[in-house]
Amino acid sequence: MSLQHYLVISAILFSLGIFAVLTRKNAISILMGIELILNSCNLNFVAFSRFVTPPENIDGQIIAIFGIVLAAAEAAVFLAIILAIYREFGSIRPDEVDTLKG
Amino acid sequence: MDYLENIESLAYFSPEIVLVVFAAAVIILDLLVKNRESEKTAYLSLVGLGCSLVAILLTNSILGTDESKNLFFGMIRLDGFAVFFKVLLLLATAATILFSLRSEELDARLKGEYYALLLAVTFGMFLMASSTNLLMIFISLETVSLTSYILAGFLTHSPRSSEAAFKYITYGAVASGTMLFGLSLIYGMTGTGDLAAIGQQLPIVLAEGQVTTLGILIAITFILAGIGYKIASVPFHMWSPDVYEGAPIPITAFLSVASKAAGFALFLRFFFSGFGNSEVMQSIDLGLLLAIVSALTMTIGNLAALPQRNVKRLLAYSSIAHGGYILMGAVLLTNGDAAIVDKGIGAIIFYLIVYFFMNLGAFYVVVLIANEAGTEMIEGYRGLSSRAPLVAGAMAIFLASLIGIPIFAGFFGKWVLFTAVIEGNLYWLAFVGLLNSVVSLYYYARILKAMYFESAEDTERFSFSKGTFALLSVFVVPTLLIGLLNIFYSLSEKFTLQ
Repeated sequence: MSLQHYLVISAILFSLGIFAVLTRKNAISILMGIELILNSCNLNFVAFSRFVTPPENIDGQIIAIFGIVLAAAEAAVFLAIILAIYREFGSIRPDEVDTLKG
Repeated sequence: MDYLENIESLAYFSPEIVLVVFAAAVIILDLLVKNRESEKTAYLSLVGLGCSLVAILLTNSILGTDESKNLFFGMIRLDGFAVFFKVLLLLATAATILFSLRSEELDARLKGEYYALLLAVTFGMFLMASSTNLLMIFISLETVSLTSYILAGFLTHSPRSSEAAFKYITYGAVASGTMLFGLSLIYGMTGTGDLAAIGQQLPIVLAEGQVTTLGILIAITFILAGIGYKIASVPFHMWSPDVYEGAPIPITAFLSVASKAAGFALFLRFFFSGFGNSEVMQSIDLGLLLAIVSALTMTIGNLAALPQRNVKRLLAYSSIAHGGYILMGAVLLTNGDAAIVDKGIGAIIFYLIVYFFMNLGAFYVVVLIANEAGTEMIEGYRGLSSRAPLVAGAMAIFLASLIGIPIFAGFFGKWVLFTAVIEGNLYWLAFVGLLNSVVSLYYYARILKAMYFESAEDTERFSFSKGTFALLSVFVVPTLLIGLLNIFYSLSEKFTLQ
């Protein structure tokens, strides 16, 4: 496997994530799309760290670990907000959450 | 590159440490205080901000002028630029806490957490203004974002507030994910996370043909998604009117001033010290890209503000437009001439100071009217000149300054920006900016008209405490005097980015 393989996979993951965010009609699916985006970035960092930088330099892998932690934190906040939305609107479909406009 | 090790760095990191300690202390105090209506947590947070300010000034005096230090193995940098933004962000947080004390929207039982989160978000913004490493940039941005999402949704029983938080996090998470993807591409091209090293590596790999200009442009566009979302520039501005309308008013004020200033700090440091090499900037034509984004941001912000009847939403669009004006200064950073780059940074910093006073002041009046008249709509401002003449006068001053009428601070802010842009030979951009100022006159004047020429059905006078007027004058006096004294501009030239 060369660097290109990893980059293509991460590009596909990223596009799938954006696609999910744009088309899904459920807040949880949107969250899953966001997780895909963040994981494609982590894959990129690890792949670059393996193929581009010298082996003793592990900056990219460390960034990926931080990326995982931040994704978890973001998921926690997102789920809490989804819960608040469900309590107020009785639905987690983004198109039904539309009191603010103009 | 010379940098300080972890233990040595701690002394220079004291402002941030003080903030974290006080954020923890606020949470503990909140558990101990029996009386839920107590305002002790707010005062403790203000004390924390005061201690942090002292620490900033102390570290700055140890550092001396024109010096800079790389802390924590080059993760963050302390220089005049970082010090300026830290002070500005700190004052914005202090103002937000004072607004929150007087706001009747917030649930008194939850205020302890609220102030702790405000201190935490300030901590994140401090890091945003000083990070010089891709990892640090992303972590600081996420710290600020995650806390802001919670703060925007802090009104637990308001559907509007929950909706604001939901929209904020959906846009924000996608934008920061996109930004991280762009950062990973930059990391892959240069093999390093350090901004200065990236600045040296990019021209080399570009010259060797290992990366193409298109590759760099794609990476930068992805990164701009994250930063553009923080400063609410077109096309990443869609969240901002909804979030500003739904969030508690003090948080709206905070997001429109502090969050935006921190975003610009990150923007300037990233593109100035990371891509300081203007050949790379010009080979990908970043200047043109930024100029178009800037022109679109102010035009769309101003045009969308025209029909608004909710003053909070109107100010949200106005804040987008002001972000567009400030971006005009950012365009100058891609200029090859170092003198013009310095002028651009000076103009941005001066405009941010001006914007700090006039915008926070306007939002404070919105808090007061929401408390007294119980509405954020423009109808609530009818007959304000007779119901509360002093507050109406203050609001008139803030609005005149936001329009950019001479004598007021906003005029001088725009003057400095526009002259810098004209010196950078971007005549068309200055012209668009000028046209936009004229357009903005219409919607600001609608509030003025409601206050002075329309009469309310209810003519009972509003009563405000002395503290209210004292706080109001803190914003009114600088808005009147900054331009006349012209001190702040000469001051702003001292905060150079190194």
